[in-house]
Amino acid sequence: MHIVVCIKQVPDSAQIRVHPVHNTIMRQGVPAIINPYDLFALEEALRLKDRYGGFVTVLCMGPSQADAALRKALSFGADDAILVSDRAFAGSDTLATSYALAAAVKQIHRDMPVDLVFAGKQTIDGDTAQVGPGIAKRLGLQLLTYVAKIAALDLEQREITIHRRAEGGVQLLKTELPCLVTVLEGINEMRFATMDDMFRAARHPLKIWDKAAAGIEDLGKIGLKGSPTVVSKVFAPQPKARKADVIETHGNTPKDLAATLVTKLFSHHPQIERQIAGMAS
Amino acid sequence: MSDVAPKKPASGRRKVELDPRLAAYRGVWVFVEHERGATHPVSWELLGEGRKLADQLGVELAAVVLGPPGPPIRYACEEAFHYGADLCYLIEDPVLRDYRNEPYTKGLTALVDKYQPEIVLLGATTLGRDLAGSIATTLATGLTADCTELNIDLENRSLAATRPTFGGSLLCTIQTLNYRPQMATVRPRVMQLPERVEPHSRRVIEEPLDLVESSIITKVLEYIPDDRQNEAQLAYADIIVSGGRGLKRIENFQLVWDLARVLGAEVGATRPLIQAGWVTADRQVGQTGKTVRPKLYIAAGISGAIQHRVGMDASDVIIAINEDANAQIFDFATYAIVGDAMQILPALTEAFSQHLATIRRAG
Amino acid sequence: MPEKFDVIVIGAGPSGNAAAYTAAKAGLKVLQIERGESPGSKNVQGAILYSDALEKIIPDFRDDAPLERHLIEQRMWMMDDESYVGSTFRSQAFNTPPYNRYTIIRAQFDKWFSKRVQDAGALVICETTVTGLHMDGARVVGIQTDRSGGSVYADAVVLADGVNSLLAKKAGFRGELRPRDVALAVKEIHFLPETTIESRFNIGPDEGVAIEMAGKITQGMVGTGFLYTNKESLTLGVGCLLSELRAQRITPHVLIEKMKEHPAIRPLIEGGEMKEYCAHLIPEGGYNAIPPIHGDGWLMVGDAGMFVNSVHREGSNLAMTTGWLAAQTLIELRNEGKPSSAANLARYRQKLDQSFVMKDMKKYRDMPAVLEKNPQFFTQYPELINRAAHTMLLVDGTDKKSKERDVRKRFIQKRSRFGLIGDAFKLWRAFE
Repeated sequence: MHIVVCIKQVPDSAQIRVHPVHNTIMRQGVPAIINPYDLFALEEALRLKDRYGGFVTVLCMGPSQADAALRKALSFGADDAILVSDRAFAGSDTLATSYALAAAVKQIHRDMPVDLVFAGKQTIDGDTAQVGPGIAKRLGLQLLTYVAKIAALDLEQREITIHRRAEGGVQLLKTELPCLVTVLEGINEMRFATMDDMFRAARHPLKIWDKAAAGIEDLGKIGLKGSPTVVSKVFAPQPKARKADVIETHGNTPKDLAATLVTKLFSHHPQIERQIAGMAS
Repeated sequence: MSDVAPKKPASGRRKVELDPRLAAYRGVWVFVEHERGATHPVSWELLGEGRKLADQLGVELAAVVLGPPGPPIRYACEEAFHYGADLCYLIEDPVLRDYRNEPYTKGLTALVDKYQPEIVLLGATTLGRDLAGSIATTLATGLTADCTELNIDLENRSLAATRPTFGGSLLCTIQTLNYRPQMATVRPRVMQLPERVEPHSRRVIEEPLDLVESSIITKVLEYIPDDRQNEAQLAYADIIVSGGRGLKRIENFQLVWDLARVLGAEVGATRPLIQAGWVTADRQVGQTGKTVRPKLYIAAGISGAIQHRVGMDASDVIIAINEDANAQIFDFATYAIVGDAMQILPALTEAFSQHLATIRRAG
Repeated sequence: MPEKFDVIVIGAGPSGNAAAYTAAKAGLKVLQIERGESPGSKNVQGAILYSDALEKIIPDFRDDAPLERHLIEQRMWMMDDESYVGSTFRSQAFNTPPYNRYTIIRAQFDKWFSKRVQDAGALVICETTVTGLHMDGARVVGIQTDRSGGSVYADAVVLADGVNSLLAKKAGFRGELRPRDVALAVKEIHFLPETTIESRFNIGPDEGVAIEMAGKITQGMVGTGFLYTNKESLTLGVGCLLSELRAQRITPHVLIEKMKEHPAIRPLIEGGEMKEYCAHLIPEGGYNAIPPIHGDGWLMVGDAGMFVNSVHREGSNLAMTTGWLAAQTLIELRNEGKPSSAANLARYRQKLDQSFVMKDMKKYRDMPAVLEKNPQFFTQYPELINRAAHTMLLVDGTDKKSKERDVRKRFIQKRSRFGLIGDAFKLWRAFE
């Protein structure tokens, strides 16, 4: 069994700051991490490997610094890691990215047939959740998104059964291999790498593929050229003009503050009072 | 949108070399998300937004409905007209009984190829996101996800879609200038639900699907509905009481439940609390959780960092309780109480309780 | 079979990187373990880089190291509540390459240094905490980490794990860190446009200023403040002896808030947006607080060895130099075929003694005690000096002789003749 796990190195958006003067993202000092959602995908793939044996390849498209993400992925137990990196990819939107990654997966498939492609539900920098479906479409793979559980995998029959989260319920879906799976957060708990894994990861020779090695055939489909969407403006969110009405009383006891707030709230917003009075038990 | 390297924004006036074939694409479409007999309200929110776009462009607003044959699907079309659609494209087929990527993608892309809309909007739900990415890739066109604002750039006759990026720290406006249709997804509750009005049209155009069940590889074995008893109905709640890390210990979160009960409110929480297991994930409000727009949002022990803010700052009235006078939440709250949430919450519960008792006695 | 290395370096800060790089470059099999996500991942603030120390290790560092501004001007301010008396040294010599000191941002710099360490052939493993040392009697033979199968063995272990080296304590090499031997400092980074910084501080592009401050800003406690110019930001900080902060029940946060309001400081940071804040411990105990720094199979470098010159606020150069000298010791022993016994590793101590590191530490060995026992240096003297300057510079019709008498009288009033002489003597002794 061969699983390709797509990961992305992203800035830790919880620590992202906006430059107060230029209104650009300040990347300096913001640690780059593996997109947290991708870790769930990687762990899920490793669990399947533990159970059925096989090979896990981690694939990442990014700048050369993304090698750190691949080494980390290796440390958890992935067998091979490929970084697809080329200046020609700069400025790619999701359509161009899925084209490049799909081409790379095809290349990987040529060397060792791929049974499953895993990815996280979305990235924390783009948040679009579009690349997974894009890769599936391009490779003609069945698409299973928002997978909360892999219920069964039959390598003989080439079938997989999963639980897919829908609004209001769970779909039990069955489909054929090869297919592409995007997993939900919380589907598993990441393992803690052993010291041996850390050594192996630090020493493993990474494969770095430029656009030729990645099997890119149509240069018009990558980078800025291959991106239908363009950013026409970047700006900081406007701070709301209104200033909060600070509730203060003489003595500021919780009881007084609460009473003042309730009175103020209901006198200014009678409809809320009506709502609460109508609804509350 | 995925960036390999930081993208330079295109300079103001951009010359559009739109293929004349694509320039002929007309119309604003809204995908009506219909699953298991029910239509997701985001569809109506999008029709409201779509109406504005269509009017600016001077084109028709169409609802697109896919589903199994039967009354529910017809009802969905009817409802679409009540929310302002000029016409409704309908594909009815048993194969569409449950949502699956393949038949829905085929159906929608076939409609797009035939009727050539310039804009297609979908809700950013699990279904919508599953579908939109496949369609955009099939049509090789641009898709912008989780938009918070949609406008028309009349100069280029193009859709200017604004969305948060990097966790909401920045906003960017994205356009699909040289490809059609321009696709965008919008999260539920980001746009306002429009008024439900008398239909001015009931024009339905039906198309076949041309797919047989045996050719579809993915099968739905079963559908397991959620136990809705304890599930949060946050997205459409009118009053929400929410707790954050300032509550310090899981026992203190009970104070949030107590206040919510008195107010008949839903309970929400910030992401760290979900990760710590204080409440279930369906109660997460924020960028990776739910977007809410209640009439009243009470935030206790919440700092107001952007990841949470983007999920609730459209609330009508926000009451913020925080020990830290410099907390970000006070920048956009309506009412501020600087104090210990563990003391303020029970005081509020008592104060609301008494007030309600008083007006009930009077009323 | 657990792996064996020539050297294991614990920590990837300046001292650890210096040691790992030097040893790896000479062909030793080096493993460096860092508990953070990546070297420098937790440090975002400005700091000073001393070229001399780094040049000895990486002569061509200027080619690609991330450097903010080179310092051309140093200001030293003795602060009162609303004024300061200061001296400035600005020199074209400092503005002529190769530059002697730079401001840096630690996160980027440490990352750069670590890349060099890896390119030199060292194996660097992050997100792994060393939980203990493996001992064979009194001899250190390896380390234990928090990962399963996490034991690794080496001929020598270099402890570069910072001021609060828990490992050294655990292994019994040193006792508990005394609050009077460390300062707790807070730093803030304020963003301002490059051109604003340049016009406010009277510098050109890439040129920088460092301001070291002492006096009332530490409210009578032993401590200092500082302000450095980075490319697009200012680093502002203040720190005091932990023992005094505890005794006074004041947090450094309170001090920095007050500092920002000082009429001489506020205009410098005006309009800036504060984007980072953090606190950390700085060794202040000086020579007398240096613990044992070598033993059977181990060496201690950097802050772990308390190598900070608190008078001149030099730390990172001592860190890099001690790391470098430690590595050199190990390289020599390897070349001579000698084991890393305590006796052989004493050579490290000798190298330190011969270098500016120990010489400076020795010179100022009495300073911490003198400062601690004499709070007047942080309260009365700043007041007196500022008052004296005010008196002399205020043109109010009083004759100069009377003014001078006034100043003298005030000094004597506050400190008494004996006190003044005594203070001068104490300071002189401390500096010698």
